Amino acid sequence: MSVRGLIVGALFVALIATLIGCWLYGRRLVREERTDAVFGNPVRALGGWHWVVSGVATILLVWLVFSWDAARAFFPEAGNELCQVAKLANAVHPMRSVFPFESRELRGTEVLHRERGQLERLERTLGRSDFTEPDRAGLLPLLERTRALMRAQAAENSVNAATRAAIVELAGRIDGVTAALESGELPEGAEAAIGTARAEREVWGGTSTEIPTEPISVRGALFDAASTRLSDIAADFRRIRNLSERFERGVAELDGELEALGEGAESEAVRDFVRQLDKLLKRLDDGTIFPPKALDPIEDALARLEAVQRERQGVLGLIDALAMPGGSIVAGNTACTEQGSGRWLPKPSDTLATLARISDPDVGYKGVPLLWYRHKPLAEMVGFVIPDRVADLVPGVYPRHGTDGFVEPNLKTRVLDIATGNFASPSIAVPTGHVWDSILRVVAGLFLGIALGVPLGLFMGLSRFAKGFFDPLIELYRPVPPLAWAPLILTIFGIQDDGKIFLLFMVAFAIMVISARTGASGTQLSKIHAAHSLGASKWQIVRNVILPNSLPEILTGIRISIGVCWGTLVAAEMLAGTTGIGFVENVARKSSDYEIIWVTIIILGLLGLLFDLIMRWVIARTIPWRGKG
Amino acid sequence: MSDLVAESLDMKFTSPAGDVVHALENVSFTLAGGELLAVLGPSGCGKTTLLNLIAGFLRPTGGRLTFGGREIDGPGVERGMVFQQGALFEWLTVAQNVDFGLRMKKANRRETARKVEEWLDIVGLQGFGDTPTYQLSGGMQQRVALARCLINDPDLILMDEPLGALDALTREKMQSLVLRIWKETGKTIMIITHSVEEALLLGERLFVMAPRPGRLHREYALPFAERGLGQDLRHVKGDPEFARTREEILAMIWDMEEEIMGKTPA
Repeated sequence: MSVRGLIVGALFVALIATLIGCWLYGRRLVREERTDAVFGNPVRALGGWHWVVSGVATILLVWLVFSWDAARAFFPEAGNELCQVAKLANAVHPMRSVFPFESRELRGTEVLHRERGQLERLERTLGRSDFTEPDRAGLLPLLERTRALMRAQAAENSVNAATRAAIVELAGRIDGVTAALESGELPEGAEAAIGTARAEREVWGGTSTEIPTEPISVRGALFDAASTRLSDIAADFRRIRNLSERFERGVAELDGELEALGEGAESEAVRDFVRQLDKLLKRLDDGTIFPPKALDPIEDALARLEAVQRERQGVLGLIDALAMPGGSIVAGNTACTEQGSGRWLPKPSDTLATLARISDPDVGYKGVPLLWYRHKPLAEMVGFVIPDRVADLVPGVYPRHGTDGFVEPNLKTRVLDIATGNFASPSIAVPTGHVWDSILRVVAGLFLGIALGVPLGLFMGLSRFAKGFFDPLIELYRPVPPLAWAPLILTIFGIQDDGKIFLLFMVAFAIMVISARTGASGTQLSKIHAAHSLGASKWQIVRNVILPNSLPEILTGIRISIGVCWGTLVAAEMLAGTTGIGFVENVARKSSDYEIIWVTIIILGLLGLLFDLIMRWVIARTIPWRGKG
Repeated sequence: MSDLVAESLDMKFTSPAGDVVHALENVSFTLAGGELLAVLGPSGCGKTTLLNLIAGFLRPTGGRLTFGGREIDGPGVERGMVFQQGALFEWLTVAQNVDFGLRMKKANRRETARKVEEWLDIVGLQGFGDTPTYQLSGGMQQRVALARCLINDPDLILMDEPLGALDALTREKMQSLVLRIWKETGKTIMIITHSVEEALLLGERLFVMAPRPGRLHREYALPFAERGLGQDLRHVKGDPEFARTREEILAMIWDMEEEIMGKTPA
């Protein structure tokens, strides 16, 4: 068992133990409470950390089970063995499908059933007015002869001796495979192959292909060997047809007559009838109709094989059914794959391993780390902050090069050097990476939205002019879903940070304006009167009464803005750009990399939670009086 | 001391639908410095409108209103106001509420802190300076509102049903407090109430107003406020003269209310 498997296994056991422990504890509490607890008393919904723990444990258990991580931890060889079983099933399938194992009827029964119905339908068409009486008289016997042919095929004596012998021989070969599977003897060289496969770590989840096809256990090797032999047998089986000379002659005669009739006929109805009957004859010519008991030896042999296979499979079937719910392992040409929940729900251990892998700043994703730092010279930041035009405003002119080819710097060039960040300076560590980029965009957009939205919102809440003048502007763009603006904004401002920050600014701005306006216009008149008669000026009232009074609405607005900004940002990053969490998820989506997709989902969830916790803390700290005024 | 003079005040409100409500009609009176006036009347008689006019929150549509010889033009610190629900700033502590006016004036900080201590002492809130106001009971909140108004040293204190939302016990204590402050500071106080008992207890003078249009109906000069300073308020209430006046005013207000009901088609 691998280290990863050990950890998952231990976690699984611990989770089950936790779940049971919490349930027992909870039940004991309920029993103790029963005497005095009143149904409907809201106090009964308070507390109960053990139910929180059991909820979390249940989620994790469901994840472990349905991602088949638990199955892989406890039965690391089961994946490979089930792959061998799947290979055997693929090999036997062409034979089994002839017999009523999974289907309702024997193949021959089914064919007779279908073709008889077809003949009846053809006979009924003869009653239509576009057939002349002579046509009918000529065609009806053909139907009768076809029926006779089908009857003859189903008769006990239709099978020739060679075919009978071939059937018995095939049944014997199947029994041979069954015996080998039962005795457990491996073909030559299989033992060594197992060793090689194991040495190459050809286990479940050990290589890039999900489950390699080479067997890594004795049981698997047995199934592997059986499946190879059975593929050959199935190929031979497909060649067995019930085609006696008499039948072939009858079909050929009928075919010749039909052809003549079809060529000579003038009526479209007759030609169509002939075509239909001809097709039916060709189907019968496949020789799939045997007498009812003719194939019994093979059916019995297959049943015996199935019984032995089941026995040999042992607990594998149980593991497949219980430990790998929602799908199974399917054999392909080069590798076996997980199909079902094991495929799209990545295993927690793999997901964490992927997270750990791309968290390594040297690996990252598409050359960019998730969240790391890099050294950046201070000069670069100074150059970014100070506009270059400052140097142009310094009096004087830029120097010209001298006759010696050198340029003598003057005051203007020195200022320009500072403004463009072209000077020696110490470096400081700044954060970088996909996660940081996303956070920075949200924070920048949000900050601009708050800084401009709140003052305008307060103004609009207090002034008829401002409300009337700015309302159309905001109501013009706010009802449009932010993503509808994205293509336009990203074209104008660029697909990198500028465009995204502006888009988020638009989102946050509208929300902040509306919440600040609601807060300001909801200020109680008596408070403003009180401030007035206490001698406060207009500006003092805005600053000391209206702003603090609007804080609950403003903070709620910020909280909503954060949520909407996150959603918009991720979608915008999916649309365009080369960094950010949305970008990572979009690239992973294109390559169906489910583990990366889940990693991004988890990161987004955690960051959303983090932002919300910060906002809750801020709200609890700044407006404890909310709703109590 | 400055007098408050109202000369044939008239106040009409026009609703957005165009209906005109005649809130006050021809109200004239003079309130001398240091007087304690109680205003009583059925609901809708324009008591609060009158107070808002004096505070400067509204402008009269007719007549003149002067305080200390100067026409009232907007709110001013010389006319302090105590509101029905306190109208405290719940995001500030008790001390920050009380010193709000002084902070707006950017007064000396140490001086301000001393005054806050002093006033919290007077209204009986020693040690509550750092308590957030939303944690106070209704009576305590009204004390803060009173201190916040008085620290600004206004000449005229306007009270709009300041004790209306309090329970009976707290109310009685607060009534004593108002009387004490009136006596100790010698301020002019105008108090609006809808409790006849309170009006009788607190009013040195009493105006009974009548509705539709709001006007002064009758004026009383009362001895009970003076007496309340010296003795227990319950003794004052036990006085037969107190009971007689109360019944008389109650009957008057009942008549007015009935008149309104009669006017309104059922």
